[in-house]
Amino acid sequence: MMASAVAIAAPVPVVRRDRQRLIEKLAGCGFAFPAFLLLLLTNLVPLAVLLYLSFTNYELGALDTRFLGLDNFRKAVTDPVLRRSLANTFVYVAIVLPGAVGLGLLIAVLLHRRKRTRTFYEVVYFLPVTSTLIAMATVWQFILHPNLGPVNGMLRAMGFGEIAFLSEPAYVLPTLAAIGIWQLVGFNMVLFLAGLSAIPRDLYEAAEIDGCRSGIDRFLTITWPLLGPTTMFVIITTSITAFKVFDTVAVMTRGGPMGSSEVLLYAIYLEGYQYFHMGYAAALTLIFLAFVLLFSILQTFVLERRVHY
Amino acid sequence: MDTHLPSPHPSPGGRGRSPVGTLARRAATLFVVHGILIAGAVFILLPFVWMLITSIKSPAEIFAVDFSLWPKHFNAVENYGFALQKVPLLRFAANGVIVCAGILLIQLLVAIPCAYALAKLRFPGRTALFALVLMGLCIPIQVPALPLYMGLAQVGLLNTYFAIMMPFFSSVFAIFLFRQFFRSYPDEIIHAARLDGMSEFEIVWLIVVPSAWPAIAAFSVFSIVAHWNDLYWPLIVISDTHLATPPLGMMFFADAETGSNYGALTAAATVLTAPLVVAFLIARRRFIEGITMTGIK
Repeated sequence: MMASAVAIAAPVPVVRRDRQRLIEKLAGCGFAFPAFLLLLLTNLVPLAVLLYLSFTNYELGALDTRFLGLDNFRKAVTDPVLRRSLANTFVYVAIVLPGAVGLGLLIAVLLHRRKRTRTFYEVVYFLPVTSTLIAMATVWQFILHPNLGPVNGMLRAMGFGEIAFLSEPAYVLPTLAAIGIWQLVGFNMVLFLAGLSAIPRDLYEAAEIDGCRSGIDRFLTITWPLLGPTTMFVIITTSITAFKVFDTVAVMTRGGPMGSSEVLLYAIYLEGYQYFHMGYAAALTLIFLAFVLLFSILQTFVLERRVHY
Repeated sequence: MDTHLPSPHPSPGGRGRSPVGTLARRAATLFVVHGILIAGAVFILLPFVWMLITSIKSPAEIFAVDFSLWPKHFNAVENYGFALQKVPLLRFAANGVIVCAGILLIQLLVAIPCAYALAKLRFPGRTALFALVLMGLCIPIQVPALPLYMGLAQVGLLNTYFAIMMPFFSSVFAIFLFRQFFRSYPDEIIHAARLDGMSEFEIVWLIVVPSAWPAIAAFSVFSIVAHWNDLYWPLIVISDTHLATPPLGMMFFADAETGSNYGALTAAATVLTAPLVVAFLIARRRFIEGITMTGIK
């Protein structure tokens, strides 16, 4: 790169080269400035404000605001609502993560090298990723309806009792998680398919010669280890997406019944935008950010290695 | 077919077996594989099928105790008519188009020059800016949302298109992606263009951008899908029904007195889901590329 630059620049007088450097500097700054300004306004300044707010008891419209130090965070640690919503969020992630990653991998492995039917299945499994989750959540709500929904209709027909999927505290999180899996499987499937197509075919032939006869053997000795980076990436993205669960809760349960589906983002939403406890909501947001960062830092490393153009 | 199917089922290509046995094994493998795939497909398609069928059923059949899959009386005109009349459905869709187009346009205008500068120009603060971009990749909208909401409330801009679009104007993901893409663009061509007297502005928009078309298309799909479907931010800044984006409109609709009219509700869901699904069916490759090139949603 440098060599060619020098070769082209060689006949150019020094003055012009300096001019070129100046132009580059000016153009670079000019091109980067709008993005920088917007990042400042929509990311950096809000982060600083958020941090400040989290140390205060600011409420929207309140006249006096006191500096509380770490009181908001102390309150958060003992707040039963926050504890419950954090616990619920983790339960949700704990169900969605193995479900969406495992099923995504299973479907991808089964689909890989299907020739005639691959496109059909790919379209079907990817459909939920493109569709509007809120609209589909409304449909799911109807499907799971105790009296009118087809699922309970089938359960009745098969002689089982009705299951109140969304109003029975013990079932509500698994039900929401199943919908989360429904939405994510196709996304993960495509990522796994991309990973699978990068595995050289002769490896499978070599493994067969070495005595790896069964498909399970081949999967364990070749597919699974070589798919490692992809799996890592899928696990992290799925964790983050699941951790940010909000839409289905907001539409289908609103945290109910009795707080059994209250998740972290929904708790923040209520504190900040319904009760207008800005200070406390800011502290909760920072807690949320801490968890996302944990995942995201890992993700950025994987992403840096993964996106090649 | 190939004998190296990495499926968790016994290979059909075993040596030393009778051809009939091999064939039987292959058939059994295919049966199991497609059995699993079809079972999954039914689970995936269930809400779509149920949505379409309910949207053409009459209330009597929807509320009937003995449920049937296919409607006896078609009520499509009434359901869709009701959904379109009672609720400004087309308005929601138009809002979605306006918001997505506005966001995408500004994202491209802001991110492309910045990405080019990060990839190809030496200027002070380049490393710091790139660090900022990487940091931005880790911060979901829910984090700056609270201060942004307060700021917008302060200047009286809640309930405007601007409020829905503003946080997304500078997409760190677009900057990151385009930078990766531009980095592999040959320097020789840029130098030659400079010698021809082209300005940096012309080089970006006339020379580099046309070559980056695949990345731009993929990002556009990603951006449109993300913002057509976003609920969190519009829910916070929009309370005026007339400015609702599709998901928010759907939520208003489900909350309204029409809430128990499942025929109309599913008709509305169909109308608001259809644009992206149809676009996906048409441009399948681009969609899958665009949405999966990131884990950030």
